[in-house]
Amino acid sequence: MAVAHPPLSRTEAPSRSWWRRNQQRIAPLIFLAPGLFMFAVYVLIPIVQSLWLGFYDWDGLGARTWLGWANYVELWTDDAFWTSLKNNVIWLVLYMLAPPAGLLIAIFLNQNVTGIRVYKSLFFFPFVISQVVVGLIFSWFYAPNFGLFYKLIEAVTGTGVAVLADERFVTYGIIAAGLWPQVAYCMILYLTGLNSIAPEQVEAARLDGAKGWRMLWHVILPQLRPATFIAVVVTVIGALRSFDLVSIMTSGGPYGSSRVLSYYMYEQALSEYGYRMGYGAAIATVLFLIMMIFISGFIWKMVRDEREG
Amino acid sequence: MRLLSRSSLLALAAGALVAVPATAQQRTLTYYGDFDPAPLAAFQTAIAEFEKANPDIDVVFQNFDHEGYKTAIRNFLTADPPDIANWYAGNRMAPFVNGGQFMDVSDVWAEHGLAESLASALPSMTLDGKQWGVPYTYYQWGIYFNRTLYDQVGAEVPSTWDEFIANCAKFKEAGIDCVTTGTKALWPAAGIFDYLDLRTNGYDFHMALTNGEVPWTDDRVKATFTEWAKLVEPGYVVANHAAVDWQDAAALLVQGKAANFVIGNFAVPYFKDGGMTDETLGFMPFPTITPDVPRAELAPIDSVHITAGAKNPDDAKKFLAYLATAEVQTKINEAFGQLPINKDSEVGDDPYLQAGFELLSTTEGGIAQFFDRDAPAEMAKIAMEGFQQFMIKPDKLDDILMRLEAARGRVYK
Repeated sequence: MAVAHPPLSRTEAPSRSWWRRNQQRIAPLIFLAPGLFMFAVYVLIPIVQSLWLGFYDWDGLGARTWLGWANYVELWTDDAFWTSLKNNVIWLVLYMLAPPAGLLIAIFLNQNVTGIRVYKSLFFFPFVISQVVVGLIFSWFYAPNFGLFYKLIEAVTGTGVAVLADERFVTYGIIAAGLWPQVAYCMILYLTGLNSIAPEQVEAARLDGAKGWRMLWHVILPQLRPATFIAVVVTVIGALRSFDLVSIMTSGGPYGSSRVLSYYMYEQALSEYGYRMGYGAAIATVLFLIMMIFISGFIWKMVRDEREG
Repeated sequence: MRLLSRSSLLALAAGALVAVPATAQQRTLTYYGDFDPAPLAAFQTAIAEFEKANPDIDVVFQNFDHEGYKTAIRNFLTADPPDIANWYAGNRMAPFVNGGQFMDVSDVWAEHGLAESLASALPSMTLDGKQWGVPYTYYQWGIYFNRTLYDQVGAEVPSTWDEFIANCAKFKEAGIDCVTTGTKALWPAAGIFDYLDLRTNGYDFHMALTNGEVPWTDDRVKATFTEWAKLVEPGYVVANHAAVDWQDAAALLVQGKAANFVIGNFAVPYFKDGGMTDETLGFMPFPTITPDVPRAELAPIDSVHITAGAKNPDDAKKFLAYLATAEVQTKINEAFGQLPINKDSEVGDDPYLQAGFELLSTTEGGIAQFFDRDAPAEMAKIAMEGFQQFMIKPDKLDDILMRLEAARGRVYK
C-alpha cells in the first residue's frame, strides 16, 4: 500500500511527523501555560511593578515623581529602617529555636500510651488557631495591671514588667508568642518523620550498643533530614513574613521599637498614616532581596538533591 | 482590599435591587460612611427624611467599619467612588483635595450662607481658599476627672497648670496616678501635646508648627516640652501607658486608680458604663499655662464630602446643604452625644455637652482640629511616636526633636 501511493504518504508524512517530532516539547508548554500565566500576572509582574515603584515618590492618589535612588538613600539614613532590620535578624535567629524544640516535643510524644492522640492534638492546637488569636492571647498575658505574666513577675520581684511597653523586651515578647505555634508546626513535621524511621536500622544500632545521644545523633537525625529541611524552610519564611503578630500586639510600638520590615512597609505605604507608596516599595524590595538569599539557597539545595537522587 | 471589593459589590447589588422598583425619574445618590451603631440609626433617619423631602432622589447608603474605612477610602476613591463620602476636616483631607479626589463645594457654602451658619468650622474646611465639604459634628477635648479622688486628697479643681502639678504631688502621696492615658494607638499622647502647646504658645504658633513653618528645635517647642516634663519626670503619669488602649486607661479612672484623663467627649459613655455619674465624673478645661495667651481649644470636626468622580453631583450638593441645616444637625448630634456646628442648632442637655458648648463658643484663641488632622499624615505619625517616647524617656528629648526636625524637612516640600 505504501508503495502503491508514494505521493500521498510523502505529503502526509512530514506534517504528521512535525507534530510527532515536536509533541514532546510542546505538550508540557501547553500544560504549563495556565499556571505560567497566573504566575506571571500575580507574582512576576507585581514584583517588577513594585521594584519600579521603589524609584518614585507617590502618595497613591496624585501624580508620581521620579526619584531615582533617593528612596534607597533615605533608607540608609533611616533609623526606623535599621531598627526593623535588626528586629528581623532577631526574629530569624530566635525562630531557629523552633525546629529543635519541635523535635524535642515530637520525640517525647512519640510513644504508645493511652490517650497519646489527645496529647498530640493538644500540643498541635496553637498551630490550628489563627495568629490573630495567638496575638490577642499573648497581649492579655503580658497586659499591665491585669495580665497573668505581669502579675506573676509582680508577685516574684515586687514590680511588674509590661513587656509590650518596654523597648528592651517587646520584640522578644512577640517572638515568644510566634514561637508557640511555630514549635507546634515543627513538632508535627517531626512526628510524621519519626513514623517513617526504619525500625531495622534502630534495631541494628541498638545491637551495636548505640544509646541516647549517639542513637539520636547518628541514627535518628540522619533519617529525619527531609523533615528537618522542611522545618527550617517554613521557620525561616515564618520569621521573615512576621507581620500579623506585630500588628496585633503592638502596632510596631512602643515608638516603633518592635517594627519589622514587613510591618514598616505596610505602615509607610498602606496604613492609616501611610501615604508613601514609593518608600514602602523600596522597603519591600529590600525584604524581597533578603528573602531571595534564603529562597535561592533552598532551591539550590533541592535541585542538588534531585540530581544526586 | 478584599473586604472593600466585597462591600462595593454589595453596594452595587443593593443599588441594583433598589433601582428596579424605582420610577424612571428617580436618581440614585451613593453615600459611603463609617458610623458606629447609635449614630448610624440617627443618620439613617436623617437620610430617610431627606428622601421624603426629595422623592425623586434615592440615597443608597453603605456603612463601613470605622477603622477599616480609614484605609478603604483611598481604594474606593480611586477605583469606584461614591457620590458622597465621610471624612475629616483640616489637613487630614489635604491628600484627597490635592490628589483631586474631592470636589470643590464652595458654591454650596455661598448659596446657603454656610460661611455664617457654620462659621466656627470655616477655617478647617478651607484649603486653597475653597471649601471641600460640609461639617456636621464636633466634640470638645479637655480633662475628665474623678471627683471622689479630688475630695479624698483634698485637692481643688485647678485653673492653672502649676495648681494642676501641685495636685499631682498630693495624688502621688496618696498612691494615686495623677494622669491616666493609653498611648498604644499613639493619638492620646497627641491630645496632651496639643493642649500643652496651645496653652504655652497659643493657637497661631501651634498652627504654624503643624503646618511645618516652625522648626521642631525652636525654643518655644522646647518650652512646651518643659511644661510636659513637669508631669512626666516626677512620674505623675500612669506607668506602662504604651501598652494600654484608651478604653483601659479610662477604666483606671473609673476604678479610682487615676485622677485625670485628657480625652475627648466621646469617652463619657465609657465612664458612665463603668458606673460613674454626673456627681463623680468631672470635666474641666485644660488649665492655663502662659496667662496672656488667648484660650484656644481642641475640637475635631467630622465632615461629609462630594467625590470628584461623583455621578450625581447636583443631588449630592442638595444633600450637603440639607445636612448643614440647624434642624438636621440638632437631631443628629442629639443621637451622637456631640456638638452641632450650625450656630442655630440646639445642644443636648447633657452637662458635659453643655460645658463643651460653653467652652467652644467662648473660645477667643481659635479651635484646633487635632494633631493628626492639623499636621500631614506622615508628620503626625512620626511626631506622635516622639510624644510617646518622650512620655517614657523624657531625657531623650533632644534626639526626638532632631528626628522630628529631620522629618519636617522632608514632609513639607
